[in-house]
Amino acid sequence: MKLYNISFKNIRRRKAKMLFLALGLIIGISTIVTLLAITETMTVEIEERLDQFGANIVMVPRTEALSLNYGGIDVGGVNYEVREFDQADIPKIRTIKNAKNLGVVAPKVLGAADIGAKQVLLMGVIFDQELALKTWWQKHGAFPETADQVLLGSTAASVLGLAPGDPMETGGRAFQVSGVLMPTGGAEDHAVIADITAAQAVLGKPGKVSLVEIAAFCRGCPITELTLQIAEKFPDARVTAMKQAVMSKMQSIELFKSFSLGVSVLVVGVGALLVMVTMMGSVNERTREIGIFRAIGFRQTHVMQIILLEALVLGIFGGMAGVALGNIAAWGITPLVVDAGGFAGVNFRTGGICLLMAAALSLLASLYPAVKAGRMDPSDALRAL
Amino acid sequence: MTDHLIEINSLNKMYDSGGTGVAAIDHMDFYIDDGEFVSVTGPSGSGKSTLLSVMGGMNRPTRGQVQVDSLDLYALTPEQRADFRSEYLGFIFQSFQLIPYLTLLENVTVPMAITGRKKKEKRDMAMAVIDRVGLADKALRLPDQLSGGEQERVAIARAIVNRPPIILADEPTGNLDSRTALEIMALLQELNREGHTVIMVTHNREMERHATRSVRVRDGRIETLDTDWCTK
Repeated sequence: MKLYNISFKNIRRRKAKMLFLALGLIIGISTIVTLLAITETMTVEIEERLDQFGANIVMVPRTEALSLNYGGIDVGGVNYEVREFDQADIPKIRTIKNAKNLGVVAPKVLGAADIGAKQVLLMGVIFDQELALKTWWQKHGAFPETADQVLLGSTAASVLGLAPGDPMETGGRAFQVSGVLMPTGGAEDHAVIADITAAQAVLGKPGKVSLVEIAAFCRGCPITELTLQIAEKFPDARVTAMKQAVMSKMQSIELFKSFSLGVSVLVVGVGALLVMVTMMGSVNERTREIGIFRAIGFRQTHVMQIILLEALVLGIFGGMAGVALGNIAAWGITPLVVDAGGFAGVNFRTGGICLLMAAALSLLASLYPAVKAGRMDPSDALRAL
Repeated sequence: MTDHLIEINSLNKMYDSGGTGVAAIDHMDFYIDDGEFVSVTGPSGSGKSTLLSVMGGMNRPTRGQVQVDSLDLYALTPEQRADFRSEYLGFIFQSFQLIPYLTLLENVTVPMAITGRKKKEKRDMAMAVIDRVGLADKALRLPDQLSGGEQERVAIARAIVNRPPIILADEPTGNLDSRTALEIMALLQELNREGHTVIMVTHNREMERHATRSVRVRDGRIETLDTDWCTK
């Protein structure tokens, strides 16, 4: 017989009582696990949704000139030395260390083209990539399917007086308007959008790319890290993170995480209080027993060891049961609260942390009852016999 | 240095009762020698149980001194007094007071949980005293599976398992029928003959005659001592 035998036998032979004691922890931990699992799924879904809102990194050739354009109003300015990328080099972007964080890479060539008597912005794109990036584009007609079809921005179509199905000629090449974009408020409203190869030919820039838009999201690493990695591969490029888009993503996610953390802290607090109250009740109930232990020569520390060991075992049990229940609850609830989101699976790291937290919490909450039990005057305890 | 095993000097214990001090023990002086069987009798509320807890190092007196084996009990720290109880005393409580979730064997082994003895030694010592009180065949039963007399025997086995020189018994026959009570008294007498000093508190005058000496208390004071007793 050792002190731990007394703790274990008490737990083993009073299972219902112990289950009640562990209940606070089980409820607390399972709530936290459920909440974290749901938040995790929501975070992933938000990231995926936000990623659909376009590029967040732009790579342009390095230039000394400042842009004299704001909100679509051009006030002049001349780039004396316009450099462009070789299209053949663009795949190098996918050789960066964090290549797995890259989504769509959409190169485009830009230039002025004459259509009739008017000069317009001709934008050459790879339509598959561009449409994956600009999921919000809506059109009259259809998106181009062949290299001799073009898509017109709403303002361009209006100014040029063209509609889907109309023929169009520029740079000595004949095109057909397959569709007209509905107004987006962006630069594409003023552009004629063509296949990149055709546009390069019209603009006299074969194999050249004016800028590259990249959609990326880096969970667990800052977006600036990605821009640096891309800049290393393209020393002559200026790679810019569109911080506004990134920040809004991060803020949304952080908001969810803060909410989750806040609720978790509250639940942990209530759980700890519950453990302390039930442990206190248990100590009061065991006054007689503690009195006997003290009377037969147990020191204060011996009594505390018995109580704290029981608390530790209850904490581990409560933590394990809470993690299991929490995951089961998350599995059941997640599809109900997150559209198209399934349970992401058991997160063992979160489970481990919750287990440790439950054990520590149980010990901490039992500290005062244990000290009270240890300090119990044996004569007072025996008088209650 | 004293020649007596237990020496009580000018002992006084006051309790607060609704703002008024009530003397549970009122100026007691006496001693107990090694190997005696002393009964302390008196009516309910006379202070006999308080006297036992003060002698057991569990209840600090308001005034006075308790010396056991020349050790001033209340000059010790609470933890030192706990060690003293473990080494010197075996308690037999009123109403048995066994731990309900431990078997008979485990209950008897509890006082050894804080000693450095080996597991086998603890078990052997516990089984020896259980056998001594005649319950070897019920060693694995829980307390609620035992009769009152059997539970009292377990309480005695628990009190003597660490081989303490002093046994303090608080109403050991209070919850037993007369036949079982006599059996328990015979057991206590036997332990006394083997060298244990036994101090028994009882309100039953019938039990008094089993002791070698007796003291009657009333209102916290010693009322009468038998001829062998001496006041100082």
